[in-house]
Amino acid sequence: MLTAASIGIIGCDDCGFVQRIPLTSTHLKCSRCAATMHARKTNSISRTWALLIAAYVLIIPANLMPVMATGSLFGTEKDTIFGGVLYLWYSDSEVLAIILFTASIIIPFAKLFSLSFLLISVQIRSTWKPKLRSKLYRAVEAIGRWSMIDVYVATMLTALVQFGSLMSIRAGAGAIAFATVVVLTIFAAESFDPRLIWDAADRQKNDDHLAEELHV
Amino acid sequence: MALNELIVCEQCDLPQLETPLEPGDKAFCSRCGNVLYRLQPDGLRRSLIFSLTAAVLFLISNSFPIVSIDSQGITNSTTLLDAADRLIEDGIPSIAALVFATTFLMPALEIMALIYLLLPLHFGRLPPGLPFAFRLVHLVKPWAMIEVFMLGLLVTISKLNALATVEPDIGLFSFILLMFVVTVASVNFDARIFWKRVDELQELQVKAC
Repeated sequence: MLTAASIGIIGCDDCGFVQRIPLTSTHLKCSRCAATMHARKTNSISRTWALLIAAYVLIIPANLMPVMATGSLFGTEKDTIFGGVLYLWYSDSEVLAIILFTASIIIPFAKLFSLSFLLISVQIRSTWKPKLRSKLYRAVEAIGRWSMIDVYVATMLTALVQFGSLMSIRAGAGAIAFATVVVLTIFAAESFDPRLIWDAADRQKNDDHLAEELHV
Repeated sequence: MALNELIVCEQCDLPQLETPLEPGDKAFCSRCGNVLYRLQPDGLRRSLIFSLTAAVLFLISNSFPIVSIDSQGITNSTTLLDAADRLIEDGIPSIAALVFATTFLMPALEIMALIYLLLPLHFGRLPPGLPFAFRLVHLVKPWAMIEVFMLGLLVTISKLNALATVEPDIGLFSFILLMFVVTVASVNFDARIFWKRVDELQELQVKAC
């Protein structure tokens, strides 16, 4: 399959300007908007794996440790992310409970699994449905920000529910772990280079052509 | 074939030729289906108007409390910055920084950079440091999350409803408007049309010399 890199041209990721790749220079700058350009993102696969593994580790405390502690006259009650979802469900806000469950539990896990899948598929040079995998990548990129909902909820509740000894809410350690997972996965999605999907498919095809020619 | 007639898909690296579009249409990559560009006549002017509106709404949103709550005679209200401040007092500055960055700093930078680029351009001038401001818009865009913050507020309010009386304040209404206005400003800022306009102006300047 044809790529710009294979015919010696490069498009700027920031402004879209297309130019020839000079043979000598290693640090390429867009001649229109001066952004640093890469034919492919630097160390994309190892960088993305590093960020993903860190996120895999932190997603455990993010889900098991309390994101919020509610102190009142009757003692302190601690809530995990899932506890917060259940609370909404039982207080008759089913729609919001589903939104929160999707944003803070399904989306982070789906992001981790999808990016791992994309990385492995690139590493084994898979040729399986590159268009579908491109779409998956774009979905991962677009959806990640919505996980932040729970961080904002914890922030606003902490700020508003301050009634001294009667009742006060504090954000817990789980919130830090959770926020870190969200940030790590956003960086991971950014460091993955979707063009690698097409490079792998491309290389496999060339190999097949070569094999065919040799046999005949 | 000139290089400036080519578009390289940033998702699959396929070079393609630009095709004319009907106003409002999008061009998709023929291989991976990514959106390559749109044709929005008047997009830059619209983006400028909405950016200016967003700047005003941004000031209002952050000067007034978002919600106030009332529980057995004790009332409490907060602005966005108060909330971040509260988290610092509680000993979790990391989350305070994240909230401050995604709902205050990054949206503010995006709005300011758009105005900085588009206002002079509207009067046929090129602002100094134009490439830097353009890259800034791209850099901050993924981190400006006002629309996510709004959904978070909705969840917060419905959680608080069980504990206390919740009164929406000016800040909340202003934030909702801001969310729509910022989105329109950002969607209408098309890099291709922007750089075409910049190139035109640069040519004019060269001719004038």
